Amino acid sequence: MSVSVHGASPRALSHSIALARRLARPRSLEECLGLAMLAVAFTVVFGQSAFAHESKAGDIEIVHPWSRATPANAEVAAGYLTLKNEGKTADRLIAATGTIANVTQVHEMKVDDKGLMTMKEVPGGLEIPAGGEVTLKPGSYHIMFMKLKEPAKEGQSFEGTLTFEKAGTVTVEYTVEAMGKDMEMGGGHDDHAK
Amino acid sequence: MTTTPSDGRPPVWRRLLFPAVVAVIAIGAAVATLAYLRPGSSDAIASIGGPFTLTTQTGAKLSDTDLKGKPFGVFFGFTHCPEVCPTTLTEMTQSLKELGPEADNLKLLFISVDPTRDTPEFLSLYLQSFDPRIVGLTGTEAEIAAVGKEYRAFWEKVPLADGDYTMNHTATIFLMDAKGRFTGTIAYGEDVKTRVAKLKRLVVGSA
Repeated sequence: MSVSVHGASPRALSHSIALARRLARPRSLEECLGLAMLAVAFTVVFGQSAFAHESKAGDIEIVHPWSRATPANAEVAAGYLTLKNEGKTADRLIAATGTIANVTQVHEMKVDDKGLMTMKEVPGGLEIPAGGEVTLKPGSYHIMFMKLKEPAKEGQSFEGTLTFEKAGTVTVEYTVEAMGKDMEMGGGHDDHAK
Repeated sequence: MTTTPSDGRPPVWRRLLFPAVVAVIAIGAAVATLAYLRPGSSDAIASIGGPFTLTTQTGAKLSDTDLKGKPFGVFFGFTHCPEVCPTTLTEMTQSLKELGPEADNLKLLFISVDPTRDTPEFLSLYLQSFDPRIVGLTGTEAEIAAVGKEYRAFWEKVPLADGDYTMNHTATIFLMDAKGRFTGTIAYGEDVKTRVAKLKRLVVGSA
């Protein structure tokens, strides 16, 4: 490739200008090939964060599954993600598993204006309306990982499956964020993808 | 006849009747107003909190009298809690860190509403992830229930499909001053600035 290491500092400016000119108007096949490879490399590197946490099951797109690091000795963890239904009929998330847990369920949680937190299993599964989306996030729905086999550690990830009534089962990968990760942000990776 | 004086004025009792009626109505209104206002203000506030003796994560006993002279926060929760409890404990850890040594007198009591699973040993490991000023407390069902009643906290067991269970519970932090008096609350999800300001006020006000 013609993109070489820069020379000594007095010549750096003129070198850079020449390089910029060559890149702007490639002259040889090698240079064209080099640029194409560079473009591919950029796409792979910057596209990574967007692709890595999205998967599809039929009409259901699963966006950015994430979890939070668990305290020492903890036996439960929560998983969050967005489910988009691109189909013309409603579907339901009826089951989930996680490699870190022995038991996994779909729960609904809320805190009322009196400060009372209530939590329950979503009866009959979580509906994702046709053309709509449901976000599982802190203060709302979550995938409940119970009887943990291992802790969720910040910076690591773990696999899980989601089973939909119509779309079937799909494997997803949860990125583990910091403990008590900000409630409103819904995980840091949204920012990278934008 | 003795009642009618010769000058033609009404008798004494007639002259005093009107002021007497006004006085009765005024006193009645004042009493009613006080009775109406009191339960909403001082009584309700004064009745949050009270004596307790529970077991800490080290197995030692901790009572309200041990906390005399120290401000404290009270939070009811359990370790098998996926979100509210670890989030609150993380947020309190961050707030205490922000306050630094200024808050060394401040204790946050994490009272387990699930004493069956939250033994001192279990709490001890769990709380290693958080600020040491957070004290885990457990006890018998009866001991915990008595403290819950004092703080007007609510909780209940929620059975799950596989025979396991989770808990619904009050997620508010109750703030108590150095004399053990209720001064306010921190709600779940309250922003960092407000939370730290409330804790700071509690520490400064109790100094």
